[in-house]
Amino acid sequence: MRRNPLIFKLPSHEGALFSIGDLVVMLGLAGIVYLGVRLAVATPLVIQGPEISLDPSALPYYALLSTGRMLAAYILSMGFSLVYGYAAARNRRLERIMLPILDILQSVPILSFLPVVLLGLTAIMAEDIAVELAAIVLIFTSQAWNLTFSFYQSMRTIPTEYREAGAIFRLGRFHRFRHVELPFAATGLIWNSVMSWAGGWFFLMAAEIFSVGARDFRLPGLGAYLQTAASQSDTQAMILGLATLILIIIALDQLVWRPLLAWAERFRVSQVGDDAPVTSWFLDSLSRSRIAHGLNRRIFAPAGRWLSRKLVRPPRYVPGLEPAADPPRSRWSLVWKLLLILLIIAGVVGGGMVLLSLPLDEWLQIAAGALATTLRVTIAVLIALAWTIPAGVLIGTNPRAARILQPMVEIAASIPATALFPIMLAWLLLVPAGANAAAILLMLLGTQWYLLFNIIAGASAMPQDLQYTSDLIRLRGWRRWRTLVLPALFPFIITGMITASGGAWNASIVAEYTEFGGEVTQVVGLGSLISTSTARGNYPLLLAATLTMVVLVVLINRLVWRRLFRVAETRYRMDQ
Amino acid sequence: MAAGEVLLNVDNVTRAYGQGAARFDAVKDVSLEIRDGEFVALLGPSGCGKSTLLRMITGLIQPTSGTVYYRGKPVDGVNPYSTMVFQSFALFPWLTVLDNVALALDARGGDTSGNRERAEKLIDIVGMDGFEGAYPRELSGGMRQKVGFARALAVEPELLCLDEPFSALDVLSAESLRGELMELWTGGTLPTKAILMVSHNIEEAVSMADRIIVMGKNPAGHIVTEFKVELPHPRTRKEAGFETLMDRIYAAIAGRTEIEAEEVGSAPGSPGETRLLPPSSVGEMAGLLEYINEPPHPHDIYKLEGELGVTMADLLETIQMAEMFGYASVNAGDIVITPLGRAFAEASIQTRKELFKQRARRLPIMVWMMDMLKATPEETLPWKVFFTALRPEFPDELAERQLDVIIDWGRYAELIDYDDRTETLRLDPSVSRLPAAATA
Repeated sequence: MRRNPLIFKLPSHEGALFSIGDLVVMLGLAGIVYLGVRLAVATPLVIQGPEISLDPSALPYYALLSTGRMLAAYILSMGFSLVYGYAAARNRRLERIMLPILDILQSVPILSFLPVVLLGLTAIMAEDIAVELAAIVLIFTSQAWNLTFSFYQSMRTIPTEYREAGAIFRLGRFHRFRHVELPFAATGLIWNSVMSWAGGWFFLMAAEIFSVGARDFRLPGLGAYLQTAASQSDTQAMILGLATLILIIIALDQLVWRPLLAWAERFRVSQVGDDAPVTSWFLDSLSRSRIAHGLNRRIFAPAGRWLSRKLVRPPRYVPGLEPAADPPRSRWSLVWKLLLILLIIAGVVGGGMVLLSLPLDEWLQIAAGALATTLRVTIAVLIALAWTIPAGVLIGTNPRAARILQPMVEIAASIPATALFPIMLAWLLLVPAGANAAAILLMLLGTQWYLLFNIIAGASAMPQDLQYTSDLIRLRGWRRWRTLVLPALFPFIITGMITASGGAWNASIVAEYTEFGGEVTQVVGLGSLISTSTARGNYPLLLAATLTMVVLVVLINRLVWRRLFRVAETRYRMDQ
Repeated sequence: MAAGEVLLNVDNVTRAYGQGAARFDAVKDVSLEIRDGEFVALLGPSGCGKSTLLRMITGLIQPTSGTVYYRGKPVDGVNPYSTMVFQSFALFPWLTVLDNVALALDARGGDTSGNRERAEKLIDIVGMDGFEGAYPRELSGGMRQKVGFARALAVEPELLCLDEPFSALDVLSAESLRGELMELWTGGTLPTKAILMVSHNIEEAVSMADRIIVMGKNPAGHIVTEFKVELPHPRTRKEAGFETLMDRIYAAIAGRTEIEAEEVGSAPGSPGETRLLPPSSVGEMAGLLEYINEPPHPHDIYKLEGELGVTMADLLETIQMAEMFGYASVNAGDIVITPLGRAFAEASIQTRKELFKQRARRLPIMVWMMDMLKATPEETLPWKVFFTALRPEFPDELAERQLDVIIDWGRYAELIDYDDRTETLRLDPSVSRLPAAATA
């Protein structure tokens, strides 16, 4: 593979007269303008008619709306991640509270939040705005946690010599953030953004049509379009809707994420050239584009310099690397603590009352549901394991197979399962025990990709010399798998399974209970309990079921995954 | 160069890590002075606290007690009059050579318009002109360190601190970079008033510094002694006095072999000092012994470094191991192989193991561990037990290292075995009292 150490270094004089990059820059500008105009003109329309039109001409607008929602949530997530991660990484006392909170938050089944958020917001503002905000909040909760963890971790793992260099050369807050902290975090943040967007699409598709009790909230968008198309059995609309969605996802991948990843190659700390850096045709083309270059030289670069002049005051005092002691506790911290304690007491008492009022048979339902969902999640993860291990090893170790299969897998993985679900459901419900199969299938669809990508990464990272050695001593068949492949993959499998099982739990809420063409299909499970209690407005049951799921997921994380992860880290690490 | 006014005054500084019983002094009661015009080298084996001392001098970390004064004022926060060149370069990989140097200037604020030109001028001075637009990963180690120097010099520090700046470079690059630095320093073109260099290379220190401060550990870092170097620049090894000085410094650092009881120390928990084991392996010690078994007798230690192609730190640790086992004896910078050492050096693989075993089972810490293991019915104990037992005497890292070393030696000697899966230690079957069936 080709090395390009000078990524995104725009050439100063030469460059093609016109490149595809120019076109895309202009299209992008046009798109932003279009959205602005359209929103301004169409706002009243949206308020009046939540009716979803299946007319293909409505699709571009729906697509823009959905993407806009994603973007809004993403910006919110990024802002949150930077602030939260920064605070947790730089303040020991805050870190002790903030990390566990984050850990719990990311195990919470996001969808069960939606009704609460939705109703809460409807109570204080106009319904359509509330619905819009609720969707954004929901997507936010699916995007923010992994970004935050990634940023926090990058902040904590900045090598000491760089932190020392930053202090010795007296970098102020802004310089330090821009030249040390953000670059270190860049690669992780971008990879996690890709993950976050995938997760976001999954939940957006489900969130655009949502019912709480008798109230039917809907948002004009791609997800609503697909669901409406499915419930009206309009095949043409289904295909068109799916195609639009796939197109958007591919376009984002090619025009946003890949260029960003290729660009972020320069932020890798290892000072040796990498064999297979991420490359992007679009970035290459952009770097040949005169318009982009002109924009950079005339607007972005001067703006950056101006900003840096305005923002940077050379610090008069640069503390050493470790502040001698925690700063003294202020009176405010006492007030905060008191408030926090009051809040916790209120939560415990209020919640406890609600939980106590719950009749025994509903608790039994919860127990049965928890068992059923655990079983389903296990089956889904096992099925995923069964096919992703051989497939991942094939793609990871065989460059020819990788060339053909990798792009296909990437596209398949990019389609949010919730978009396909209404369509598949139509067929699956005809089969006996179809509802159960459908639930497992949706969990599988939503989570197998994490596993597959991890296994591909693990297989391609298998040390070449160990493979040669195994060839030389003629290790074949099962013995080769047992002594070489499985141990080498183990850490990757575990990492993939942690994400996969978390995703499967989350998906259970949409997978176990579906409203399709006005008909409700459900199976016994914690997810369906959460959904039914939402639909019936049974809030005590909703609270109990959600809490049970949170506790269960956290317990499984701590008792199973964390242990396995430690084993993976200590015993099966490849770097010795 | 005549010594001028006092720039830096380190006054009785101690730096501790941990608290209570686990408190460990990395640097203890160190005082020193650096004057205008001086090039001072801090020399010592690894773990003697010289890097810690350097970081207190630059203000990166604070002393636990004592004060660092710069021009008479206590250093609070990072000292604005000093910069540092790092062993691992610490160049930002995402910035070009020019941007790396300019960033140091930009951060200081003031009139930023002239910063680019100033950065270019410094890149020119260190001989890196033409590479302004290159990224660090495109450069060799030597070139990267030149950029490191350019960046440190760009802000015109009065005190330039060097943290083993040549030790990550290959021999030839290091040699040429040293020469270039000395040319700049002795030529008077640098605005820098004094240089403080941490080093573990004696030849490097002698060839560059005006004054060499030797540090040692016991186990806290402290100043052992100080040498003045009055040879004219440029200095070469062949000059009279150069090697004599190296020999004297080695004598100061390597010390002399004590009586056996002193060398092996006492067992953990019993009175007296538990010996900090040198983290060296049987293989390294065997290599050393084979070499010094050949004439001349005695060997000059300072020559071994170059002849064996090892670093001073590794050499000293291997020598300490040989001294502990009574295989070699050190005095006044010379090393002599003992009859025991000769037997080991000339033995076959199996006999070596047997000889090593006989000596190893007399080490108090080995005796202590074997006794503890024998006292249990299964002759097995978790690693944690020993770690906890060592903690009152050593900081965590060193306690862990002690166990690593003793397990390594114990495995070679077939006295102690370690199971990584269960993290337990057990008595080797060859010394076990349990019936063979139970241990199989």
